[in-house]
Amino acid sequence: MTTPVVERLGNSAMHHIEYVGGLAIQLRNAFGALGRTLPLVGNRSRWRSAVQQMLAVGVDAFPMVGIMAVCAGFILAMQGASELRRLGAMQFVIDLVTIGVTRELGPLLTAIAVSGRSGSAFSAEIGSMVVTEEIDAMRTMGIDPVEFVLAPKYLPALIVLPCLTILSTTCGILAGGPFMRLSTDMALGVYLRYVVRSIVLRDVLTGLVKSLAFATIIVHVGCLEGFRVRGGPDAVGRSATAAVVKSTFLVILADVGFTAIFYLTGGAVKP
Amino acid sequence: MTQPLEATGTAPAISVRDVVVSYNGRRVLDGINLDIARGETMVLLGGSGSGKSTLLRQIIGLERPQSGQILVNGVNMAQCAPKDLKKVRRSIGVAFQDSALFNSMSVEDNIALPLREHTRLAESTIRLMTWMKLAVVGLAEFGKLSPQALSGGMKKRAAVARALALDPDILVFDEPSAGLDPIVAAELDELILGLKRAFNMTVVVVTHEMASAFQIADRMAMLYKGSLIAVGTKEELQSSAHPHIRQFFDRVPDQIADMAALDKYFQRYLEGSSV
Repeated sequence: MTTPVVERLGNSAMHHIEYVGGLAIQLRNAFGALGRTLPLVGNRSRWRSAVQQMLAVGVDAFPMVGIMAVCAGFILAMQGASELRRLGAMQFVIDLVTIGVTRELGPLLTAIAVSGRSGSAFSAEIGSMVVTEEIDAMRTMGIDPVEFVLAPKYLPALIVLPCLTILSTTCGILAGGPFMRLSTDMALGVYLRYVVRSIVLRDVLTGLVKSLAFATIIVHVGCLEGFRVRGGPDAVGRSATAAVVKSTFLVILADVGFTAIFYLTGGAVKP
Repeated sequence: MTQPLEATGTAPAISVRDVVVSYNGRRVLDGINLDIARGETMVLLGGSGSGKSTLLRQIIGLERPQSGQILVNGVNMAQCAPKDLKKVRRSIGVAFQDSALFNSMSVEDNIALPLREHTRLAESTIRLMTWMKLAVVGLAEFGKLSPQALSGGMKKRAAVARALALDPDILVFDEPSAGLDPIVAAELDELILGLKRAFNMTVVVVTHEMASAFQIADRMAMLYKGSLIAVGTKEELQSSAHPHIRQFFDRVPDQIADMAALDKYFQRYLEGSSV
């Protein structure tokens, strides 16, 4: 009885290692191809499709990301206030919202929203190209699919995700203003002054570093799921689901890692 | 086996030697040997699952065999460096079964794509060349359309135009007549013959459509369960007594292709007459 269990364990481990290996190879190839996606020095048509992706991944996502951030900021303020009010420390709600959104909720919510919107779209687009043999056609024409399809998504994501993160962080912080106005009659100007006092450049930067990592995860998992599609149209649907599930999971996993690193290298030492 | 790309003369355009391919321990191609001469039209025949599509994918360098060699214009596709592979691929034009045109681009841009990617020609030259390729397949006035707006037959022609974009000397078709009505399929056969006459290309066609195969083939190769069971001219294959070839040509379902035929074949085989 032990052999099948060990065998299955081994197979499953091999499967995951192969997946991670695939991601690593794809990442390496993508870095090589990124240069050719840049304007002026790169290929003209790549740059054009990169701009299109920037609109699709970034601009179109903003309303949804913005509303999510406003809600999250408001929720954080309410949850914090319900406890802090008992201690008579309502002004700390502002710190809670500012720090919580800048360090954590802004980058994470943005990444989850983009993974749901664009990660699935990437894998569905590439998956259907695999099914219709377009990817094969590309390779027979001597065109590298990673350069032609993935790079014009990766570069825009690297630019757009930090931008979205800043916007959503702003939205989240601003949502605390009306809450404080309603619950403690604090003027918006006063609220903003408190925000400025509690915001730290380091928090903003760590949020942006995270968003770069999240962008990498979302694009690469989404595209790899697409490239790995085998079979018919049903496989495309499955790959879109897998892209969202895996990229969300990895985003949260990476978030834990980054937060731990930032905590150990700075946050913990500060008073 | 590192002859230059331009190796011409009497050497075959494509030479497949002892190619073995297996997926998950199952042998899909079992020691295939096949030479395709320059300027010849070779039709690869075989039922579903016979391995003919796998062989095609090996020839165009999409997959690599576990063992054996595939020499295309003298370069071993099974082992060469990625750079050489890219170079050889430019001498092979492939028209895929479902045409595989990029739906995000116009027909014109589809055909211009290989030129834009691999050459430094001026945009006006590329436009002219694109128009010429489209004219060759009779689609000159449809370049501005999206591939979705084309009919099945037109899509296949557009795919042929794209395969011709870099002036390859080998043209490969995967199931050219699949999904087409007999008239359009015949037109496509005519186009393949015309291209061969005009450009003296080596043409490899994978199909299971017998009518089409007889129309275009110089020679045929028949695959059965991963092995090559016959290679020869149309007449040679037609007169073959091999039971699987007979079954395929006479359109007999598997169950009815009775054991008697097999017995008869082996009897003749043992008596030493040719298969």
